[in-house]
Amino acid sequence: MNMIQAINSALDVCMGRDPDVLVMGEDVGYFGGVFRATAGLQAKYGKTRVFDTPITETGIMGVAIGMGAYGLRPVPEIQFADYIYPALDQLVSEAARLRYRSAGEFIAPITIRSPYGGGIFGGQTHSQSPEGIFTHVSGMKTVIPSTPYDAKGLLIAAIEDNDPVLFLEPKRIYNGPFNGYWDRPAENWSKHAAGDVPTGYYRVDLGKAAIVRPGEALTILAYGTMVHVCAAVIAEHGIDAEIVDLRTLVPLDIETIEASVKKTGRCMIVHEATRTSGFGAELSALVQERCFYHLEAPIERVTGFDTPYPHSLEWAYFPGPVRIGQALKKIMKDA
Amino acid sequence: MASEHPRANLQPLTLHVPEPRFRPGDAVDFATVDVPPAGSARRPDTAEPARDFTELAYTMVRVLDEDGQAVGPWDPKLSPDALRKMLRNMALLRAFDERMFRAQRQGKTSFYMKATGEEAVAVAAAQALDFEDMCFPSYRQQGLLISRGYPLVEMMNQIYSNRGDKLQGKQLPIMYSARDYGFFSISGNLTTQYPQAVGWAMASAAKGDTRIAAVWCGEGSTAEGDFHSACTFASVYRAPVIFNVVNNQWAISSFSGFAGAEATTFAARAIGYGIAGLRVDGNDALAVYAATLWAAERARTNAGPTLIEHFTYRAEGHSTSDDPSQYRSAGEPTAWPLGDPIARLKQHLIAIGEWDDERHAAQDRELAEYVKAEQKEAEKNGILGHGLHQPLDTLFDGVFEEMPWHLREQQAQMMAEEEASGRPWARKS
Repeated sequence: MNMIQAINSALDVCMGRDPDVLVMGEDVGYFGGVFRATAGLQAKYGKTRVFDTPITETGIMGVAIGMGAYGLRPVPEIQFADYIYPALDQLVSEAARLRYRSAGEFIAPITIRSPYGGGIFGGQTHSQSPEGIFTHVSGMKTVIPSTPYDAKGLLIAAIEDNDPVLFLEPKRIYNGPFNGYWDRPAENWSKHAAGDVPTGYYRVDLGKAAIVRPGEALTILAYGTMVHVCAAVIAEHGIDAEIVDLRTLVPLDIETIEASVKKTGRCMIVHEATRTSGFGAELSALVQERCFYHLEAPIERVTGFDTPYPHSLEWAYFPGPVRIGQALKKIMKDA
Repeated sequence: MASEHPRANLQPLTLHVPEPRFRPGDAVDFATVDVPPAGSARRPDTAEPARDFTELAYTMVRVLDEDGQAVGPWDPKLSPDALRKMLRNMALLRAFDERMFRAQRQGKTSFYMKATGEEAVAVAAAQALDFEDMCFPSYRQQGLLISRGYPLVEMMNQIYSNRGDKLQGKQLPIMYSARDYGFFSISGNLTTQYPQAVGWAMASAAKGDTRIAAVWCGEGSTAEGDFHSACTFASVYRAPVIFNVVNNQWAISSFSGFAGAEATTFAARAIGYGIAGLRVDGNDALAVYAATLWAAERARTNAGPTLIEHFTYRAEGHSTSDDPSQYRSAGEPTAWPLGDPIARLKQHLIAIGEWDDERHAAQDRELAEYVKAEQKEAEKNGILGHGLHQPLDTLFDGVFEEMPWHLREQQAQMMAEEEASGRPWARKS
């Protein structure tokens, strides 16, 4: 399966197991979503469980919260993560705080799915990585898979979770892993072990990172598309790096991060999102607080730039092999 | 810089900034407020399509006439007992508000909001809805809780943030949550409850349930985008929901003109969405009751949502933090042409020979004593003015279902701070 199919399978499995799970969003019903992630679900589960919505993200989010408060488990789709901003208040002030402000009387067990990230020539409004905004909010979880296997297992875990979960899907790797070179042919998930996705039920628990490549020379903290770009770059440079795929940003698997950095003594953080106040800043602070005396070099951050996401210049913006390679040389200088 | 396209002979454009008719010191004359005679609005069958009675969004459904008689097709023909129950709940709400307002002034809590002058809006609606229906209130519908029999002590515990507060002192006073009484957790962000109520109603419909949702916001917050998103959703899916817009003329110091009242009515917002729209005399408890019952029947029979504008007046300040004498004429509340909702229902009960002034005065004394006694009970659990009553570590409860490591670490840090400072705050045992 590719990641789209894995997500579709996760939704199918959850809807088959629990009649309270429902899918809603712009174009998700008859058409099956602009990325086809919900294809076939309406035909299988009917129009009251899989339905198209008006184009109002704050409405989608507010309605999902009300459904969650009723006792259902809605899985709203925001067609592109860039369009979460109109729903920001419902997410931040309502979904994330409902349990807290009502002392558990009402909860919002909703999973917001949304494709995010660049590398598809999507311009300013189809490319952003908004995760840092939401990791700053108390009361919601943020999950980002990097493989089809994880995407399915994490999505099932997110739907079963009783807290609001933002599930960001790296759309650049919907069809296959990505080496960071826009002009080289992309791989297909069918040739990748993580594309071997079971059709039935399984979970990948939230809050657990994965060591996708063990190594001794340095620790790379990444998630989503960047996991694959980093793997390609260290192979090219012949560096024995340990790649930690965070998978869940909140709650974060601090134990795996701490153990890895203490082992390697070096830490590089890679994300697509803009740099200032990005999630990399939080990771950097945590590593510094917990591993300072084990560090042999300053922590390196490789990120997108603090500009809006450009269209024709997107490959200059994207944290690709050149930017990551330079950071690698810098952090390994004294090794 | 010379333009290639000269516009020298065009009139300059002007910007219209609305201004209320009266400011402090002005004499008040509400003659321009159009008050149609009681009984003049028709009552369509609940199965009629919304487009067939759009005129009801521009007139006003009224039942009680100048003599206190119930007239016209909207007369709900309630029994004397039901009328007395409604009157009692409105009077109880007013007594509760009086007492809690004073408690705030005495420093027993930080904040309070009264519903004076608009008691009918929540109390009559609560009586018309089924207890199982879910209400999504804004912050001035404490009458829903009072009508549904929620213990006053619990309300006061919440207002005092004391050790009996079921919300563990996490919410601003009056931001109640009472799921078992069909009362949704109140948000301070305006109108966010509108799409949530639609979602609840859609869920109920999707599950083949029989319960409906009702939601309230003020006229000022109909300007929020969430209001319009909710109307779109409700219209599209024919959600079994009742939208209540409480037009009490003032959104803190901004008059209703800043929400668009100069151009149209708030009930007429419904028309563009194809939703049933009713404009109701909000100070006429029977009209509010009848309109709510009618809208509930529409919702329950899958005829779709209804938007009810309750035309009323906020007789006092927005909250204890507000001073209305700074922005509106002192004469407004008494000059309001639709009168006082409690006085009008009282007059009706007297007119039909089911009530008298002595019984009313006795009831007011009894309610004042009752509220006072409940207050005494609540204060045994402490008052906000005397410091914090919640076990300190509950501060971290309920952020997530299970506490993640970063919150456990911060909780431990806070408890260590408390240890170091020697503060006498209670721990959760």
